[in-house]
Amino acid sequence: MAHPTSQGLPAQASRNWLQKLELDMRLLGMIGAFVLLCIGFDLFTDGRFLTPRNIFNLTIQTVSVAIMACGMVFVIVTRHIDLSVGALLATCSAIMAMTQTQILPYMLDFGLNHPATWIITILVGLLAGTIIGAFQGLLIGYLTIPAFIVTLGGFLVWRNVAWYLTGGQTIGPLDENFRRLGGINGTLGETWSWVLGVVLTIAALWVLWTSRQARARHGFVVKPLWAQGVLSAIFAAAILGFVAILNAYEIPSRRLERMFEARGEVMPEGLTMGYGVPFSVLILIAVAIVLTVVARRTRFGRYIFATGGNPDAAELSGINTRKLTVKVFALMGFLCTLSAVVASARLANHSNDIGTLDELRVIAAAVIGGTALSGGLGTIYGAVLGALIMQALQSGMAMVGVDAPFQNIVVGAVLVLAVLIDILYRKKVGA
Amino acid sequence: MVDRSGTPLVQMRDISVAFGGVKAVDHVSVDLYPGEVVGLLGHNGAGKSTLIKVLSGAYQGTGEILIDGKPVEITNPRDARANNIETIYQTLALADNLDATSNLFLGRELVTPMGLVDDAAMEAECRKIMGQLNPNFQKFHEPVSALSGGQRQSVAIARAVYFNARILIMDEPTAALGPHETQMVAELIQQLKAQGIGIFLIDHDVHSVMELCDRASVMKNGQLVGTVNIPDVTDDDLLSMIILGKMPGASAA
Repeated sequence: MAHPTSQGLPAQASRNWLQKLELDMRLLGMIGAFVLLCIGFDLFTDGRFLTPRNIFNLTIQTVSVAIMACGMVFVIVTRHIDLSVGALLATCSAIMAMTQTQILPYMLDFGLNHPATWIITILVGLLAGTIIGAFQGLLIGYLTIPAFIVTLGGFLVWRNVAWYLTGGQTIGPLDENFRRLGGINGTLGETWSWVLGVVLTIAALWVLWTSRQARARHGFVVKPLWAQGVLSAIFAAAILGFVAILNAYEIPSRRLERMFEARGEVMPEGLTMGYGVPFSVLILIAVAIVLTVVARRTRFGRYIFATGGNPDAAELSGINTRKLTVKVFALMGFLCTLSAVVASARLANHSNDIGTLDELRVIAAAVIGGTALSGGLGTIYGAVLGALIMQALQSGMAMVGVDAPFQNIVVGAVLVLAVLIDILYRKKVGA
Repeated sequence: MVDRSGTPLVQMRDISVAFGGVKAVDHVSVDLYPGEVVGLLGHNGAGKSTLIKVLSGAYQGTGEILIDGKPVEITNPRDARANNIETIYQTLALADNLDATSNLFLGRELVTPMGLVDDAAMEAECRKIMGQLNPNFQKFHEPVSALSGGQRQSVAIARAVYFNARILIMDEPTAALGPHETQMVAELIQQLKAQGIGIFLIDHDVHSVMELCDRASVMKNGQLVGTVNIPDVTDDDLLSMIILGKMPGASAA
């Protein structure tokens, strides 16, 4: 593909070398920034930042915002905004808290910690979140009220619906099984984490290989085999390395003893067990994979990006952009519920201020992740990485001992800086 | 010569469109036969684009539309496509952030048996049609915002002709093109005509209408001045219809 004349130049050659991998340069930049950040904090904290324990905690703290950020990508890509996600999270959390602590155990006589409680609770929550999201989408899509206004209203309405539903009280403790979805109280364990890691690795390699085959079948240029190999190796190392780190975080022996006691067994001498992948992270992985497939390989996803790029063109191409808006906001509501599950389960309670300011974190994560507010551009993995960067900044500064006001000042400045860098980068590559 | 003895492909009868109090199109009737090119002429704001957007489903008007002599309801662009009406808009109506393939198939993606969009198959089809229309076209993986005016135009044209259109609407298709590309569009129009496709061609340029069209309908201030057979008129006749709103020979009679 390179011009024959440009091959002699070393600078050009090294660019081609990277280009052959067909990697997203923007993504590489973000990963680079993230790695630098982590190493920096690690140096300042005498190696306490990059420990399995801290990485584990960082991961579970990121999940709630990251799940919503995935949905926010679609919302922003279609040139809308959703300011109500934190409040909607609170309402969904309140509905689920009431369902599992009041309605099911007492009004319907399930008793406490009934095995069906957590499932019914989540289904009720998902239904509520989706309906509320769809309703907001209806106001935006069909009644053409700007999304900013509808969700600004929603921000006030849903925050206080949550308050009203619980009378402002902290509701808890939540159902035992439900709490397993919060993070540290529910993990896959070492063996199943490895199984998951291997399955994900095989799936990733299979996707890389089949897309190559499909392109080769039509006689298109495919990347060289060595590039394919390098890419596959990077994917495998990233997935398995992540599993290895989470497995390396060992359950404290006192806690392990209590777990055996609870089952009426005696802990074998010298036993150690790693936590492995938390269920909440499993939810985030599933959401990110499904939404990436939706974005890239479904009509729905294609229409979301087309509508963001040129709403008139989308409409003239026969796309029902109003219905699309309803679907996008319904999906956002659905994801708010998933975040509500993770957030309230992690805290073991529903508190009245749950999800406060989350809308801003979610939008910031999506934007740092490369989602353009002008619409039409954005990736799911970028948003997840954006959420991770924000969380790393926040907890890294807390560990270093930066004063609370400075923490927020830095996060705010980083958000603006990230967008500036993105604008400069896009100008340079002309995208 | 075009055979006008059968049923017209399209009849638009007594179409009116009003925006607020302004009558953009005022009781206009035009028709189109298979294998015919009908030019729509008029000043900016004469109502040509508005009239034709009623047919492509972008605007709603009053009046009647008949395809093959049967009345049809066209309330949105999907209805128009279902009736094999394809439109090349003056603005091209491309999603700038997507590549040529995605734009070509927008709203009509090819899918795998699992219901996922089949990008490789679509790109193969896109390469085929672009190979015919614009053999130099190579930028299949870049967003169309990175393409030149002519390349964007050929994507828009490819989208209209790929899906077996029977009725083609071209709104100033050569506005953004150089002389060579304009010539290619002219050849394409002859090809499509030969396949029995009916074409409405909106154009400012009287000269190209004289060259490409079989008949011309001229509009002024939302009203139809008249429809003439191109072989029967001169450039000047058309100009006076556009500027003065007079039918040729009207002043002489």
